[in-house]
Amino acid sequence: MAVHKILVDVMLKPEILDPQGQAVANALPNLGYPSPVGLRIGRHVELALEAADADAALEQATKIADTLLANPVIEDYTVRLA
Amino acid sequence: MIGGCWRGTGRVVQVKIGVVTFPGSLDDRDAQRAARLAGAEVTPLWHADADLHDVDAVVLPGGFSYGDYLRCGAIARFAQVMPTLIDAANGGMPVLGICNGFQVLCESHLLPGALTRNQHLHFVHRDQPLRVANNTTAWTTAYSVDQEITIPVKNGEGCFVADQKTLDALEQEGRVVAYYAQGNPNGSLRDIAGITNERGNVLGLMPHPEHAVEALTGPGTDGLGFFTSVLKELVR
Repeated sequence: MAVHKILVDVMLKPEILDPQGQAVANALPNLGYPSPVGLRIGRHVELALEAADADAALEQATKIADTLLANPVIEDYTVRLA
Repeated sequence: MIGGCWRGTGRVVQVKIGVVTFPGSLDDRDAQRAARLAGAEVTPLWHADADLHDVDAVVLPGGFSYGDYLRCGAIARFAQVMPTLIDAANGGMPVLGICNGFQVLCESHLLPGALTRNQHLHFVHRDQPLRVANNTTAWTTAYSVDQEITIPVKNGEGCFVADQKTLDALEQEGRVVAYYAQGNPNGSLRDIAGITNERGNVLGLMPHPEHAVEALTGPGTDGLGFFTSVLKELVR
Protein backbone atom coordinates (compact mmCIF):
# COMPACT_ATOMS: atom_id res chain seq x y z
CA MET A 1 0.00 0.00 0.00
CA ALA A 2 1.48 3.30 -1.04
CA VAL A 3 0.41 6.77 -0.01
CA HIS A 4 -1.17 8.73 -2.83
CA LYS A 5 -1.60 12.47 -2.64
CA ILE A 6 -4.81 13.70 -4.18
CA LEU A 7 -6.09 17.20 -4.76
CA VAL A 8 -9.79 18.00 -4.59
CA ASP A 9 -11.11 21.38 -5.70
CA VAL A 10 -14.65 22.37 -4.77
CA MET A 11 -16.39 25.33 -6.40
CA LEU A 12 -19.90 26.67 -6.07
CA LYS A 13 -21.83 25.87 -9.24
CA PRO A 14 -21.76 28.81 -11.69
CA GLU A 15 -25.45 29.58 -11.10
CA ILE A 16 -25.04 29.79 -7.30
CA LEU A 17 -24.34 33.27 -5.97
CA ASP A 18 -20.88 33.59 -4.38
CA PRO A 19 -21.15 36.52 -1.94
CA GLN A 20 -17.63 35.89 -0.62
CA GLY A 21 -16.17 36.19 -4.11
CA GLN A 22 -18.25 39.30 -4.74
CA ALA A 23 -17.05 40.95 -1.54
CA VAL A 24 -13.43 40.28 -2.47
CA ALA A 25 -14.02 41.53 -6.01
CA ASN A 26 -15.57 44.70 -4.63
CA ALA A 27 -12.51 45.29 -2.44
CA LEU A 28 -10.01 45.20 -5.33
CA PRO A 29 -10.72 48.75 -6.59
CA ASN A 30 -9.81 49.98 -3.09
CA LEU A 31 -6.32 48.56 -3.70
CA GLY A 32 -6.08 50.43 -6.98
CA TYR A 33 -6.90 47.46 -9.23
CA PRO A 34 -9.70 47.61 -11.78
CA SER A 35 -12.82 45.59 -10.89
CA PRO A 36 -12.22 41.98 -11.98
CA VAL A 37 -14.47 40.55 -14.69
CA GLY A 38 -14.89 37.43 -12.57
CA LEU A 39 -13.86 36.26 -9.13
CA ARG A 40 -15.20 33.16 -7.44
CA ILE A 41 -13.87 31.47 -4.33
CA GLY A 42 -13.78 27.74 -3.70
CA ARG A 43 -12.13 25.17 -1.46
CA HIS A 44 -8.89 23.28 -2.10
CA VAL A 45 -8.41 19.99 -0.24
CA GLU A 46 -5.20 17.96 -0.11
CA LEU A 47 -5.82 14.31 0.71
CA ALA A 48 -3.19 11.66 1.39
CA LEU A 49 -4.69 8.18 1.08
CA GLU A 50 -3.20 4.73 1.47
CA ALA A 51 -4.35 2.59 -1.42
CA ALA A 52 -3.21 -0.29 -3.59
CA ASP A 53 -2.71 1.98 -6.59
CA ALA A 54 -3.47 5.46 -7.87
CA ASP A 55 -6.77 4.43 -9.43
CA ALA A 56 -8.02 2.96 -6.17
CA ALA A 57 -6.98 6.13 -4.32
CA LEU A 58 -8.74 8.29 -6.90
CA GLU A 59 -11.89 6.19 -6.65
CA GLN A 60 -11.91 6.50 -2.86
CA ALA A 61 -11.24 10.25 -3.03
CA THR A 62 -14.08 10.74 -5.50
CA LYS A 63 -16.49 9.02 -3.12
CA ILE A 64 -15.24 11.19 -0.24
CA ALA A 65 -15.63 14.32 -2.35
CA ASP A 66 -19.13 13.37 -3.44
CA THR A 67 -20.43 12.51 0.03
CA LEU A 68 -18.65 15.00 2.28
CA LEU A 69 -16.18 17.46 0.75
CA ALA A 70 -18.74 18.84 -1.70
CA ASN A 71 -22.49 19.24 -1.61
CA PRO A 72 -23.44 18.31 -5.18
CA VAL A 73 -26.67 20.30 -4.82
CA ILE A 74 -24.70 23.56 -4.93
CA GLU A 75 -21.08 22.64 -5.67
CA ASP A 76 -18.98 21.05 -8.41
CA TYR A 77 -15.72 19.28 -7.65
CA THR A 78 -12.65 17.93 -9.42
CA VAL A 79 -10.41 15.15 -8.14
CA ARG A 80 -6.84 14.64 -9.41
CA LEU A 81 -3.52 13.13 -8.40
CA ALA A 82 -1.02 15.65 -7.02
CA MET B 1 -51.28 15.65 34.49
CA ILE B 2 -49.66 18.37 32.47
CA GLY B 3 -49.18 17.47 28.83
CA GLY B 4 -51.02 14.19 29.15
CA CYS B 5 -53.13 13.40 26.14
CA TRP B 6 -56.05 11.02 25.83
CA ARG B 7 -56.04 8.59 22.99
CA GLY B 8 -59.16 6.72 21.92
CA THR B 9 -58.23 3.85 24.21
CA GLY B 10 -58.86 6.01 27.25
CA ARG B 11 -55.21 5.74 28.15
CA VAL B 12 -53.23 8.85 29.03
CA VAL B 13 -50.35 9.06 26.59
CA GLN B 14 -47.39 11.33 27.04
CA VAL B 15 -45.93 12.63 23.82
CA LYS B 16 -42.14 12.49 23.82
CA ILE B 17 -40.18 14.98 21.78
CA GLY B 18 -36.46 14.36 21.37
CA VAL B 19 -34.02 17.24 20.86
CA VAL B 20 -30.64 16.29 19.42
CA THR B 21 -27.55 17.98 20.81
CA PHE B 22 -24.54 18.09 18.51
CA PRO B 23 -21.18 19.54 19.53
CA GLY B 24 -21.83 23.22 18.88
CA SER B 25 -25.63 23.17 19.18
CA LEU B 26 -26.82 26.38 20.83
CA ASP B 27 -30.58 26.30 20.90
CA ASP B 28 -31.17 22.76 22.14
CA ARG B 29 -32.21 23.98 25.59
CA ASP B 30 -34.63 26.53 24.14
CA ALA B 31 -36.11 23.86 21.87
CA GLN B 32 -36.54 21.56 24.89
CA ARG B 33 -38.22 24.35 26.80
CA ALA B 34 -40.56 25.17 23.92
CA ALA B 35 -41.59 21.51 23.59
CA ARG B 36 -42.20 21.34 27.34
CA LEU B 37 -44.29 24.53 27.31
CA ALA B 38 -46.37 23.03 24.51
CA GLY B 39 -47.08 20.07 26.81
CA ALA B 40 -44.62 17.42 25.66
CA GLU B 41 -42.25 15.30 27.64
CA VAL B 42 -38.73 16.05 26.46
CA THR B 43 -35.98 13.52 25.86
CA PRO B 44 -32.52 14.97 25.22
CA LEU B 45 -30.81 13.04 22.41
CA TRP B 46 -27.07 12.88 21.85
CA HIS B 47 -25.33 13.03 18.46
CA ALA B 48 -23.10 10.04 19.29
CA ASP B 49 -26.01 7.81 20.36
CA ALA B 50 -27.82 6.05 17.52
CA ASP B 51 -30.81 5.30 19.76
CA LEU B 52 -33.81 7.64 19.52
CA HIS B 53 -35.10 6.38 22.91
CA ASP B 54 -38.70 5.86 21.77
CA VAL B 55 -39.41 9.52 21.07
CA ASP B 56 -42.44 10.42 18.94
CA ALA B 57 -40.86 13.40 17.19
CA VAL B 58 -37.43 14.99 16.88
CA VAL B 59 -36.17 18.56 16.79
CA LEU B 60 -32.76 19.34 15.28
CA PRO B 61 -31.89 22.63 16.96
CA GLY B 62 -30.02 25.73 15.87
CA GLY B 63 -26.38 26.45 16.50
CA PHE B 64 -23.07 25.72 14.85
CA SER B 65 -22.75 21.93 14.85
CA TYR B 66 -19.10 20.86 14.52
CA GLY B 67 -18.16 24.53 14.26
CA ASP B 68 -19.95 24.81 10.89
CA TYR B 69 -16.68 23.56 9.41
CA LEU B 70 -16.69 22.53 5.74
CA ARG B 71 -20.37 23.53 5.26
CA CYS B 72 -23.08 24.14 7.83
CA GLY B 73 -24.58 20.79 8.75
CA ALA B 74 -22.21 18.79 6.53
CA ILE B 75 -20.45 16.97 9.35
CA ALA B 76 -23.51 16.65 11.59
CA ARG B 77 -25.13 14.72 8.77
CA PHE B 78 -22.75 11.85 9.48
CA ALA B 79 -23.24 11.82 13.27
CA GLN B 80 -24.16 8.43 14.74
CA VAL B 81 -27.73 9.50 15.47
CA MET B 82 -28.42 10.45 11.87
CA PRO B 83 -28.95 7.07 10.13
CA THR B 84 -31.60 6.17 12.74
CA LEU B 85 -33.16 9.60 12.44
CA ILE B 86 -33.20 9.49 8.63
CA ASP B 87 -34.89 6.07 8.72
CA ALA B 88 -37.46 7.34 11.23
CA ALA B 89 -38.12 10.47 9.16
CA ASN B 90 -38.59 8.36 6.03
CA GLY B 91 -41.00 6.25 8.06
CA GLY B 92 -43.13 9.28 8.88
CA MET B 93 -41.81 10.50 12.23
CA PRO B 94 -42.24 14.27 12.55
CA VAL B 95 -38.87 16.03 12.38
CA LEU B 96 -38.34 19.78 12.71
CA GLY B 97 -34.98 21.27 11.77
CA ILE B 98 -34.51 24.83 12.91
CA CYS B 99 -31.72 26.98 11.42
CA ASN B 100 -28.65 24.72 11.73
CA GLY B 101 -31.14 21.85 11.95
CA PHE B 102 -32.60 22.92 8.58
CA GLN B 103 -29.06 22.88 7.17
CA VAL B 104 -28.55 19.35 8.54
CA LEU B 105 -31.83 18.21 6.92
CA CYS B 106 -30.72 19.59 3.53
CA GLU B 107 -27.26 18.02 3.84
CA SER B 108 -28.99 14.73 4.72
CA HIS B 109 -31.15 15.02 1.58
CA LEU B 110 -34.31 14.77 3.67
CA LEU B 111 -35.13 18.17 2.20
CA PRO B 112 -34.10 19.58 -1.19
CA GLY B 113 -31.89 22.60 -1.80
CA ALA B 114 -29.20 24.08 0.42
CA LEU B 115 -28.57 27.01 2.73
CA THR B 116 -25.72 29.28 1.72
CA ARG B 117 -24.02 32.45 2.92
CA ASN B 118 -26.41 35.35 3.39
CA GLN B 119 -26.46 37.35 0.17
CA HIS B 120 -25.34 40.54 1.97
CA LEU B 121 -22.67 38.60 3.95
CA HIS B 122 -23.87 39.99 7.29
CA PHE B 123 -25.14 37.93 10.17
CA VAL B 124 -28.74 38.97 10.65
CA HIS B 125 -30.63 38.87 13.92
CA ARG B 126 -34.08 40.39 14.15
CA ASP B 127 -37.73 39.68 14.80
CA GLN B 128 -38.95 38.47 11.44
CA PRO B 129 -42.51 38.43 10.15
CA LEU B 130 -43.38 35.26 8.20
CA ARG B 131 -46.39 34.31 6.12
CA VAL B 132 -47.56 30.76 6.73
CA ALA B 133 -48.24 29.07 3.39
CA ASN B 134 -49.02 25.48 4.38
CA ASN B 135 -50.91 24.54 7.54
CA THR B 136 -51.25 20.85 6.76
CA THR B 137 -47.79 19.68 7.84
CA ALA B 138 -47.22 17.86 11.14
CA TRP B 139 -45.76 21.08 12.56
CA THR B 140 -48.10 23.82 11.28
CA THR B 141 -51.74 22.86 11.84
CA ALA B 142 -52.06 25.45 14.64
CA TYR B 143 -51.76 28.22 12.04
CA SER B 144 -54.00 29.36 9.24
CA VAL B 145 -52.89 29.84 5.65
CA ASP B 146 -51.64 33.39 5.04
CA GLN B 147 -51.43 34.00 8.78
CA GLU B 148 -48.59 36.37 9.57
CA ILE B 149 -46.44 35.38 12.54
CA THR B 150 -43.33 37.02 13.98
CA ILE B 151 -40.43 34.94 15.28
CA PRO B 152 -36.71 35.70 15.54
CA VAL B 153 -34.33 35.01 12.67
CA LYS B 154 -30.59 34.77 13.38
CA ASN B 155 -28.25 33.35 10.80
CA GLY B 156 -25.17 33.95 8.73
CA GLU B 157 -25.86 31.19 6.23
CA GLY B 158 -29.61 31.20 5.77
CA CYS B 159 -29.90 31.94 2.07
CA PHE B 160 -32.05 29.11 0.66
CA VAL B 161 -31.04 28.06 -2.83
CA ALA B 162 -32.23 25.35 -5.19
CA ASP B 163 -32.48 25.05 -8.98
CA GLN B 164 -35.49 26.59 -10.73
CA LYS B 165 -37.13 23.20 -11.29
CA THR B 166 -36.95 22.36 -7.58
CA LEU B 167 -38.24 25.81 -6.59
CA ASP B 168 -41.16 25.49 -9.03
CA ALA B 169 -41.98 22.02 -7.69
CA LEU B 170 -41.82 23.18 -4.06
CA GLU B 171 -44.25 26.02 -4.76
CA GLN B 172 -46.59 24.01 -6.97
CA GLU B 173 -46.78 21.15 -4.48
CA GLY B 174 -47.41 23.51 -1.56
CA ARG B 175 -44.18 22.47 0.09
CA VAL B 176 -43.12 26.01 0.95
CA VAL B 177 -44.36 26.19 4.52
CA ALA B 178 -43.47 29.81 5.27
CA TYR B 179 -42.30 32.84 3.32
CA TYR B 180 -40.43 35.83 4.69
CA ALA B 181 -42.80 38.80 4.90
CA GLN B 182 -41.93 42.50 5.03
CA GLY B 183 -38.40 41.98 3.73
CA ASN B 184 -36.13 39.04 3.00
CA PRO B 185 -33.37 38.84 5.65
CA ASN B 186 -30.81 36.75 3.78
CA GLY B 187 -31.52 36.64 0.05
CA SER B 188 -33.33 33.30 0.10
CA LEU B 189 -34.70 32.52 -3.35
CA ARG B 190 -38.42 33.34 -3.69
CA ASP B 191 -38.40 34.55 -0.05
CA ILE B 192 -38.54 30.95 1.19
CA ALA B 193 -38.19 30.66 4.99
CA GLY B 194 -39.22 27.03 5.45
CA ILE B 195 -40.03 23.92 3.42
CA THR B 196 -41.40 20.44 3.98
CA ASN B 197 -40.90 17.04 2.39
CA GLU B 198 -43.54 15.37 0.20
CA ARG B 199 -45.12 13.63 3.15
CA GLY B 200 -45.29 16.77 5.31
CA ASN B 201 -43.61 15.24 8.37
CA VAL B 202 -40.14 16.78 7.91
CA LEU B 203 -39.97 20.56 8.20
CA GLY B 204 -36.95 22.82 7.81
CA LEU B 205 -37.27 26.38 9.03
CA MET B 206 -34.56 29.02 9.11
CA PRO B 207 -36.17 31.35 11.72
CA HIS B 208 -36.52 30.22 15.33
CA PRO B 209 -39.98 29.39 16.68
CA GLU B 210 -38.43 28.11 19.94
CA HIS B 211 -37.37 31.69 20.75
CA ALA B 212 -40.95 32.97 20.51
CA VAL B 213 -42.84 30.90 23.05
CA GLU B 214 -43.04 33.33 25.98
CA ALA B 215 -43.77 37.06 25.99
CA LEU B 216 -40.95 37.69 28.46
CA THR B 217 -38.13 36.36 26.31
CA GLY B 218 -39.33 36.69 22.74
CA PRO B 219 -41.27 38.94 20.39
CA GLY B 220 -44.41 37.06 21.40
CA THR B 221 -45.67 33.51 21.46
CA ASP B 222 -46.15 33.00 17.73
CA GLY B 223 -43.61 30.17 17.68
CA LEU B 224 -45.42 27.92 20.12
CA GLY B 225 -47.82 26.72 17.42
CA PHE B 226 -45.13 24.61 15.74
CA PHE B 227 -44.80 22.58 18.93
CA THR B 228 -48.50 22.39 19.79
CA SER B 229 -49.20 21.32 16.19
CA VAL B 230 -46.98 18.27 16.44
CA LEU B 231 -48.50 17.28 19.79
CA LYS B 232 -51.95 17.40 18.25
CA GLU B 233 -50.72 15.42 15.26
CA LEU B 234 -49.20 12.73 17.48
CA VAL B 235 -52.28 12.11 19.65
CA ARG B 236 -54.68 12.05 16.74
